[in-house]
Amino acid sequence: MSIELKQVSHTYSEGSAFQSVALKNISLKIEDGEFVCLVGHTGCGKSTLVQHLNGLLKPTSGQVLVDGEDLNGEHVDRRKLRQRVGLVFQYPEYQLFEETVAKDIGFGPKNLGLDAAQIDARVRRAMERVHMDYNKYAQRSPFELSGGQMRRVAIAGVLAMEPEVLILDEPTAGLDPRGRDRILTMLEELHREGGTIVMVSHSMDDVARLATRVIVLAHGELVMTGTPREIFTRPERMEEIGLGVPDAARLCAELRRRGLDLPEDLYTQAELKEHILRAWKEARRAE
Amino acid sequence: MKEERLSARDVSYTYEESADPALKKISLSIEAGEFVAVLGHNGSGKSTLAKLMNALYLPTEGQVLVCGMDTADDSRLWDIRRQAGMIFQNPDNQIVATVVEEDVAFGLENLGVPHDVMVPRIKEALKAVRMTDYAESAPHMLSGGQKQRVAIAGILAMQPSCLIADEATAMLDPSGRREVLDTVCRLNREKGITVVWITHFMEEAAQADRVIVISDGEEALTGTPREVFRQVDRMRELHLDVPHMAALAHELREEGMPLPEGILTVEEMAGEVMKLLCPSN
Repeated sequence: MSIELKQVSHTYSEGSAFQSVALKNISLKIEDGEFVCLVGHTGCGKSTLVQHLNGLLKPTSGQVLVDGEDLNGEHVDRRKLRQRVGLVFQYPEYQLFEETVAKDIGFGPKNLGLDAAQIDARVRRAMERVHMDYNKYAQRSPFELSGGQMRRVAIAGVLAMEPEVLILDEPTAGLDPRGRDRILTMLEELHREGGTIVMVSHSMDDVARLATRVIVLAHGELVMTGTPREIFTRPERMEEIGLGVPDAARLCAELRRRGLDLPEDLYTQAELKEHILRAWKEARRAE
Repeated sequence: MKEERLSARDVSYTYEESADPALKKISLSIEAGEFVAVLGHNGSGKSTLAKLMNALYLPTEGQVLVCGMDTADDSRLWDIRRQAGMIFQNPDNQIVATVVEEDVAFGLENLGVPHDVMVPRIKEALKAVRMTDYAESAPHMLSGGQKQRVAIAGILAMQPSCLIADEATAMLDPSGRREVLDTVCRLNREKGITVVWITHFMEEAAQADRVIVISDGEEALTGTPREVFRQVDRMRELHLDVPHMAALAHELREEGMPLPEGILTVEEMAGEVMKLLCPSN
């Protein structure tokens, strides 16, 4: 499925003294199979934007089209649509509430009216996708788990609705390196299996690892969009906006500034390693 | 010899509901003016250690001293907490008042500090974290980084000698993280406040004087950031990362490139690479 924003603006508390413009005239399209990362400062409108993608917020002006159909049109079943577009909020583990992991993950499917066997099948599948062993954890209380495990259970709860598009708002915030890596690996797999993913992130290294496309927001406006390579090889522009680029991209810019002949569009550690090694071997041969 | 500010002597701590100790016979000593980063994966025991350092927890075994005071000595509890102020992860859980300066005043009011002493202290504390302009603002209108700075001001107003931060930047965005860490580094440098900085961000730990790595309740590694982060394989065994440049240098060394040990930053990396590639410069 595709989701398209056409000139979407959103103003909170319009007409009151607290009126604030969160999104200004945003147009973008998310296609099937993409892994889109949204980056920008706190308060730039990222979270407001993602809440438009499944109709939790309505644009003040403009349109959100899902497979070409206006999401906020009169005859659209928004409840159904929210099953197709799953949204994982920030710190989703705060929303866990059931006695057992299985019940928590099965809560959404149960509300869909599925029978016990169908619910169980969905819970098992969702747990497998977030790398939680069913036999070990299904009957445990979610509140006995570590922070990273709780977060994976919360994500499984959204996956159990079997959405076509998965949206995550800062899914690795506050986790330790191992917890972070587990979530990223899991998202990589979901994407490889054909899932469409939209992720809000502050970590440029996570973005560099996962994104097929990056969208940069600043002050409610879309300021840049492109592949990670296009975005991260313009470190000056990103720093102007107050965002960084991955260390590897900074190193590439710094080595070029010092006169090393490197392509300007390197941004991953693996690429840098390869190019530095090649340059070193050439220099040794020349000696 | 430098004065010792915080120390643990053979400290073990076991949670009531748990059979295994969260900390096992930890001993460490932190000197006045040191900036010490504590690393460890979730559940390693590092937050337990922080809470022992200002008597939120008392050791099951061993002894914790704050500025020479034993945390088990009930009569010194308020002195201990005043000397070792603590900030936590969630900026929203630490603010109690509806106006910034009142929030900073909270601790002083509890100590019964007279008004004429309190006012200049609050001013100075807000100035030290560069939040003077927000003295009369409502805390909920502030960014996460600003809220953490207000929390730090609340501690500074008590004139502590140590600041213990338990993942104080975990919930902030990169610019918020920067502003909080810069604030704490400045307080360490200019006011000589001893800092214990617990974090999951290796780049933050790289700025410390010393790094202590906790794993399974024990001290696994300790040393300067350069000494600790060059042990890339060991850090990964402990389920931790190293700063990106330390990792890249390690990989290049494994390929035979004679880069020196201890590279941490992009600038250092660029400098060392250029030395090898263009030795004439």
